[in-house]
Amino acid sequence: MAKHLIDLVTQKFPGAVIQSHSNHGDDTLVLEAASWHDVAQFLRDDPRCAMQMLVDLTAVDYPDRDPRFEVVVHLHSLTLGHRIRIKTRVGDPDGEVVRVASISDLWGSANWAEREAYDMFGVEFVGHPDLRRILMYPEFVGYPLRKDYPADKIQPLIAYREVENIEKLPPFGKDEGMSFGRQTHSYGQRSNEQESN
Amino acid sequence: MGELKETNTQIIDPSGGQGFATTKAADLLAWAQKYSLFMYPFVTACCGMEFMAVSSPRYDFSRFGSEAPRFSPRQSDLLWVVGTITQRQAPILRRIYEQMAEPKWVLAFGTCASCGGFYDNYTTVAGIDKIIPCDIYVPGCPPRPEAVLDGLMLLQDKIQSGDRRPATVKPRHDPVQDQSMGLVQLRRSRASSGV
Amino acid sequence: MEPLDQELDESEIELPTEPMLLNVGPAHPAMHGTVRCVMELSGESIQKVDVQVGYLHRGFEKMCERGTWTQIFPYVDRTNYVSPMLCNVGFALACEKMLGVTVPERCQWYRMALGELARMSDHLTCDGAMAMELGAFTPFLWMIKGRDMIWDLMEEETGARMTHSFGRVGGMAAPPTAGFKENARAVSEQILKIIEEVERLLLGNRIFLDRLENVGIISQEDALSLGWTGPCLRATGLPYDVRKASPYLKYDEVDFDVPVGSTSDCFDRFMVRIEEMKQSARIIEQCIARMPDSGPVNIDDPRIILPPKDEVYNTIEGTIQHFKIVMEGLKLPAGEVYAYTEGGNGEYGFYLVSDGSGTPWRVRIRPPCFYVTSGLERVITGRMMADVVPCFGSLNMIGGECDR
Repeated sequence: MAKHLIDLVTQKFPGAVIQSHSNHGDDTLVLEAASWHDVAQFLRDDPRCAMQMLVDLTAVDYPDRDPRFEVVVHLHSLTLGHRIRIKTRVGDPDGEVVRVASISDLWGSANWAEREAYDMFGVEFVGHPDLRRILMYPEFVGYPLRKDYPADKIQPLIAYREVENIEKLPPFGKDEGMSFGRQTHSYGQRSNEQESN
Repeated sequence: MGELKETNTQIIDPSGGQGFATTKAADLLAWAQKYSLFMYPFVTACCGMEFMAVSSPRYDFSRFGSEAPRFSPRQSDLLWVVGTITQRQAPILRRIYEQMAEPKWVLAFGTCASCGGFYDNYTTVAGIDKIIPCDIYVPGCPPRPEAVLDGLMLLQDKIQSGDRRPATVKPRHDPVQDQSMGLVQLRRSRASSGV
Repeated sequence: MEPLDQELDESEIELPTEPMLLNVGPAHPAMHGTVRCVMELSGESIQKVDVQVGYLHRGFEKMCERGTWTQIFPYVDRTNYVSPMLCNVGFALACEKMLGVTVPERCQWYRMALGELARMSDHLTCDGAMAMELGAFTPFLWMIKGRDMIWDLMEEETGARMTHSFGRVGGMAAPPTAGFKENARAVSEQILKIIEEVERLLLGNRIFLDRLENVGIISQEDALSLGWTGPCLRATGLPYDVRKASPYLKYDEVDFDVPVGSTSDCFDRFMVRIEEMKQSARIIEQCIARMPDSGPVNIDDPRIILPPKDEVYNTIEGTIQHFKIVMEGLKLPAGEVYAYTEGGNGEYGFYLVSDGSGTPWRVRIRPPCFYVTSGLERVITGRMMADVVPCFGSLNMIGGECDR
């Protein structure tokens, strides 16, 4: 329970907090995108907050909302023991311009986490030293975790083999391949015609 | 221990019907090949844990001659593709396969390597046979070590007989046909054919 | 000396040098299969390294959005596949936090015992693989022997050696078997013996110690900033363990210590895992002693748990309950939650977003070894090529968890 954190931030940054709640025991702050970096820095540096660790940074896609994406960060203080979730909403409904400040200068863990959010959602983190794809390959087009990306749309890097009926290659038919039943070693016998069971 | 069901199996005679000495030599060569398969363990995912278990003293595939892992494709005969192959990993798998020298065989360890598993998505290759020809498929998620050993023995049989057709490791015993299981046999004709 | 050499001044000679670019590719035995390190080497020492992960990205988070909440258990198993029970339990706890329910006491002890067995299997694999990569093949075989004993027990309990998918929201898929307590006790005793043998073999070995001690040191501030948790963070000296800091299940009622390192080198990370296995054995002993032998394992709530099969076939309420849970999915209230447990590699968290229907809106798995692997760059830069092997091994990068 870190209600005092919510109060601290609301006092220090009066225009920044859009909404806050503590559902399911998690204290959450929804912030303006413009104050994202400042609030994060405050939470790290202020001795009453002392968030030494950025536990996780991710994004969520709400295609019916404007702004469409939510960048969600979980912070944790090991010395004081409290946690908080801060969120900000970014992006236009088409997903063309999705930008938010990068907090990778504050915590090293944000570096790869922001790369992953970029890779999966297309959220551009302004000020990130090396924003490129991390889980998908550089030739991949699109952002897979967006709701409008179909889950089974593949973009193969190399062409599949030219085999007819590649979907049903042998030996998946019932008469193909190894039989059911107790196998016996047929070493030394050229014609494998033993029927067993 | 694999046994092929077809009664009209084409015996592929590597020597082309040459004669006694050469067929015996071919047999000897096949015997040597099958009992000294140098493997290239292309391990990616969870099946790698079962691979470690199969290599450990309890199940031990080195009893079958497949003792030495060689991490260079030039020095290996059998490519074990263990685990899921993603689209990103596919070119690498293709390249490793191409770098191996003939004769070479491929064993797809696990359901992901055989047919993609339950990953029907943008990032998984639905079976390595889309990329490289595969000789033995060992299904299972992960397969039991005994199934893997079955696959290895099946491959050894195939090497001995010179058969290059792919095969799948099936359960030793089909539980559906087992009368003692008490299952209701809904299909009358299949039950008697013993498939 | 050639006359030409004597005439030239040292400072006038300019040899063209450039660092060598070495690709330690994804198919490499030391890279645990799926990490690519593109290194710039100057001789043997690493000037720069670019760690590229993602070769095992299987799209878990996208797949989770296509099914029901219960259908996530197999995916979650395959994240940290060396300790899948911890992953199952973590996800079940996250869903239960969102529902606001607690499982019965018997289930809590059972989950703890299975989880600690899985943790032992994780550390056995990591330390065994680390020893093997340094050339000590025998401890690997002994540790895998021990791991096989755990897997036999798991097979008895859950039906599968690994990737059991045994957890359920609101309980477990089946109650403990009759022989669980004796088997668990016997297994943990055997494993303690194996650990002792391995220690005798390795800890006096000059080569092993030289390769691990003072290799791969990272400072505590760096580790914290990088989001490290778990044995890697504890090796830097910080005693942060989710089981002690924010206890869940019955961890506040059992007695165990948190091993902590001092130098934060590879040797400390190795030893922290060895000690953690001994502590896990202690926890298992206490769980077995305190687990009730009878009583419900699943919560008694028709909206969450599947009814027993004879009720499904014989009563209408059972049929409806079964139908709703299977077809529509278990319904978590709309909203979001972040719940975390101590996985094999550290804080293994779930950020779940639900829209109130049975299909998840977003399932974010907070992967501990993703953040640990991001620190690999800092750990091996400046060190020699051969140090990559113990460093990378001691971080315990599990591809399934890192790439999901």
